[in-house]
Amino acid sequence: MTNKTDQEPNAAGAPKDARPIKLACRNVWKLFGSNAASFIRERDGKASMADVTAAGLVGAVRAVDLEIRQGEIFIIMGLSGSGKSTLVRCMSRLVEPTHGKVEFEGKDLLKISDAALIELRRHRMGMVFQNFALLPHLNVLENIAFPLSIQGQDRPTREARAREVIELVGLRGREHFYPRELSGGQQQRVGIARSLATKPEIWFLDEPFSALDPLIRREMQDELMRLQTMLHKTIVFITHDFDEAIRLADRIAIMKDGEVIQIGTPEELVVNPATDYVAEFTRDVDRAKVISARSLMRACDGSEHGGTIAPDAKIASFSAGIVAANKPFAVVNGTGKPIGEVTPQAVIDLLAGIDRSRAGA
Amino acid sequence: MTVTASASEARPRPIQVWLLIWAFALAAVLVVFLLQDRLPWAVNYPASAVVPVADWVSALMRWIKSNLSWLTRSITAVLGVPLDFALNLLAKNFKIGHGADAYVLPRLSWVGVCAAAFLAGHAVGGRKLGLLVGGCFLYIALFGQWTSAMLTLALISIAVPFCIVTGLFAGIWAWRKPWAERLIVSPALDLMQTIPTFAYLIPMLLLFGNSPVSAMIATAIFATPPMVRATMLGLSRVPSEIDDFSEMAGCTARQKLWRVLLPSARPTLMIGVNQVIMLALNMVIIASMIGAGGLGYDVLLALRALKVGEAMEAGLAIVALAIALDRLSQAIAHSQAKGHVHQEMSPSLWRRYPNLTLAIAILVATTLLGLFVPAFAAVPKAITFTTAPLWKAAVNWVTINFFDTIEAFRVALILNVLNPLRAFCEGFPWLGAVFLLGLAGYQLSGLRLAILVAALTTFCAVTGLWEKTMATVYLCGISAFIACLIGIPIGLMASRSDRFEKIVTPVIDTLQVLPSFCFIIPVVMLFRVGDVTAMIATIAFAVVPAIRYTNHGIRQVPPALIEAAKVSGCTPRQTFFRVQLPLALPEIMLGVNQTILMALAMIIICAMVGTRDLGQEVFIALSKADSGRGIVAGLAIAFIGIVADRLFSAWTAKARARLG
Repeated sequence: MTNKTDQEPNAAGAPKDARPIKLACRNVWKLFGSNAASFIRERDGKASMADVTAAGLVGAVRAVDLEIRQGEIFIIMGLSGSGKSTLVRCMSRLVEPTHGKVEFEGKDLLKISDAALIELRRHRMGMVFQNFALLPHLNVLENIAFPLSIQGQDRPTREARAREVIELVGLRGREHFYPRELSGGQQQRVGIARSLATKPEIWFLDEPFSALDPLIRREMQDELMRLQTMLHKTIVFITHDFDEAIRLADRIAIMKDGEVIQIGTPEELVVNPATDYVAEFTRDVDRAKVISARSLMRACDGSEHGGTIAPDAKIASFSAGIVAANKPFAVVNGTGKPIGEVTPQAVIDLLAGIDRSRAGA
Repeated sequence: MTVTASASEARPRPIQVWLLIWAFALAAVLVVFLLQDRLPWAVNYPASAVVPVADWVSALMRWIKSNLSWLTRSITAVLGVPLDFALNLLAKNFKIGHGADAYVLPRLSWVGVCAAAFLAGHAVGGRKLGLLVGGCFLYIALFGQWTSAMLTLALISIAVPFCIVTGLFAGIWAWRKPWAERLIVSPALDLMQTIPTFAYLIPMLLLFGNSPVSAMIATAIFATPPMVRATMLGLSRVPSEIDDFSEMAGCTARQKLWRVLLPSARPTLMIGVNQVIMLALNMVIIASMIGAGGLGYDVLLALRALKVGEAMEAGLAIVALAIALDRLSQAIAHSQAKGHVHQEMSPSLWRRYPNLTLAIAILVATTLLGLFVPAFAAVPKAITFTTAPLWKAAVNWVTINFFDTIEAFRVALILNVLNPLRAFCEGFPWLGAVFLLGLAGYQLSGLRLAILVAALTTFCAVTGLWEKTMATVYLCGISAFIACLIGIPIGLMASRSDRFEKIVTPVIDTLQVLPSFCFIIPVVMLFRVGDVTAMIATIAFAVVPAIRYTNHGIRQVPPALIEAAKVSGCTPRQTFFRVQLPLALPEIMLGVNQTILMALAMIIICAMVGTRDLGQEVFIALSKADSGRGIVAGLAIAFIGIVADRLFSAWTAKARARLG
């Protein structure tokens, strides 16, 4: 049922990620209802949806296994009620999981003391909230400096740091405004700045742009990408918007009814959806922007090439060129060695939405 | 298909079953009533079986008094210090030393206090509010009520911070520990708010004597509950994301509470503070009976001597003080809710708080001036004026010209409405009442409510207070009924016309801030003492929630539903009766519930104008300092309120659940 494409050499043949694992969930469960803990313990961490329902429990998060690597943008995508918010709260231990392990750099987060947890959250975790969660009685500067003041930093130090991040998110001149005086986009910039003030290593973003208008949302997504190219945080990003997920993600985990039903790069999800549910999401995606040359290439058959492309190049980036040239393009790896070719016909098929390989299979 | 069909057929049946049950129950009670010669014990509770709860309470109080006097004395001494300071500062002057050569430090100058009041209003609500608040104080000064009003204000200014701190901590405790909320805080709050104000006074009088301190303690007990509720509500309303944020920022439990949750809850807390102030004012007035002095005492003295003009004047001073305090604290609460506006930080205190510094400067300057210029120290007689003769003349004129009309109205009301109802209520079999109320409780909510309601009703009977309880029920019931009869239509009209609402709102806002005492004065002038006076004063006092909730209930019906009704072709009348009214019904029921509770509170205070019910019982106990009698009667009153409240709440909850 669960298809973890990232563990096996995947269909598209992308190189395996060698970055260290920052955060991992090992068979994490969150059940609501009486005796939830003993229910799952007795079953040794294994239970079906039917079992859970029969016991009168609600399975908010069920049997989640995933690994998030350092520096990646990991997106948890699901519709409302799919358990994505509960899952991210299990990862930060805002919600105590009923069963399983959450490992932060290999250490079980659920076993550490309260003091250690506070220390961890103060210095190594940051979180941004859907409705901003700004403190109404503090102005922008004080809001952003708040996590630092909690740690006991003195006023000049924390305000200097707060001004740095204000600069970073482009809010200069608004330091003395109160949250109510700002637009939604500005408020979320404050939320982002506040979560960055402590220089966290892992950054949880819980539907950060869902409360914003579409145009502002797009602007904020670009802003996030800009920040990430500078900061290289490990990002866990929650969204219900598949287009947003595709735009931002290194990898996406799709959740339904508390379960992770597929984890993979956007391309893997589009090319190889594990279930009809995933396929439903990917159906309207602009495939040319997601699928790379590697997925479309075949072995060279000796015909003349009209150009060369990298295996990771998205189809959209060379589709116009290849159709105009009307010749196959060679796919070359880092050393310039050809590893295959992409034909104009394959690109046209893709753009037209004709799926020959599927039809054949 | 078949399932839904059978379900909809089965639906009406329980209602019919209940109709039968009720018919049967009423018949049974009627039988008991008719057979009262055979079953006298079921109608009138036998005197021989009365449980002497009052004696037990008296004994307990005596024991406390004799064994814990060291405690009560030290409490009096400790609380006396700030209270004396406030009294001296505002009203009495400081005396250092004794006798004729004592050195006297003057109290704050009235000119300064008026100016400070203006500045306070100006700071939180602009010039209009400043003029209103300053004007109210000036009114008090010019009408010669200054010293009394400042006595009252001094008591409030010490009682209120006490209430706020206690209420805050109790609220935090109840919010942290759900079991404490369920088992201790909620029941205690219910009881504190339904026990009539008079009943508080008796144990205070006994333990702390006839002094401002006991008045202050009674005030503090009475005025704390809204702060507790506001704290609990405010904390539970903080968005869960803000809670999560404080966790993620690494706050310790203490940092989370004091630096995140409480500041975020500040608007709700400020509403609590406003209510505390208003309740404290109300209670300080009533507590004048046990030595608080001040405006309430003036009213009481004047009423006892039937000096209508003086009573009216002191009453109006109370109104002025109430309006000033209410508008001021509401403006503060409101500015908190609206949120801050950015401004550049200014380094000097003077620049940051210009109004505060100015107010202090004026207070100091005028008070010092008062040492040399007597006009600053006390309001000069020459500029005060009194309206007492005017009021008296007005009353005389009305009595001379309309005596017959008023008297005819009064007598007709008593003979045709009040007396028969009273006879019916007082003759109602206690066993029947217990049974019917229990049945209602069972139908509305289940066995638990039925047992609670029946037990509380039984208490009223077994303590031998049945007849007085029913007298209270009758007067409270008819007043609440008439208040609803007047209030609900007004509320409906207000909900349908914005212009009418604009007229009604300030009127009910003002009615609501007036201490209950004030309602008696004008009525007693016209109708003298008795049930009619009590009824009319109670209606005026209790009509506010009926208006407010009805208006609010109709207005809060979602516009989308009204549009849907219009699109389906409803006429305005159909829209109103088929859509708005049914949807607003739970809210209106809530208003009726509030009206009943307010009527009950007022009826008790009306014991001062000669009603014969539980209020009279408490009043007599107060004058005799008979704590057992007073507390038991107070509990009986509280139980009437709790029974009515629980039944109505259950009904409202049921209606809400049906509407989804």
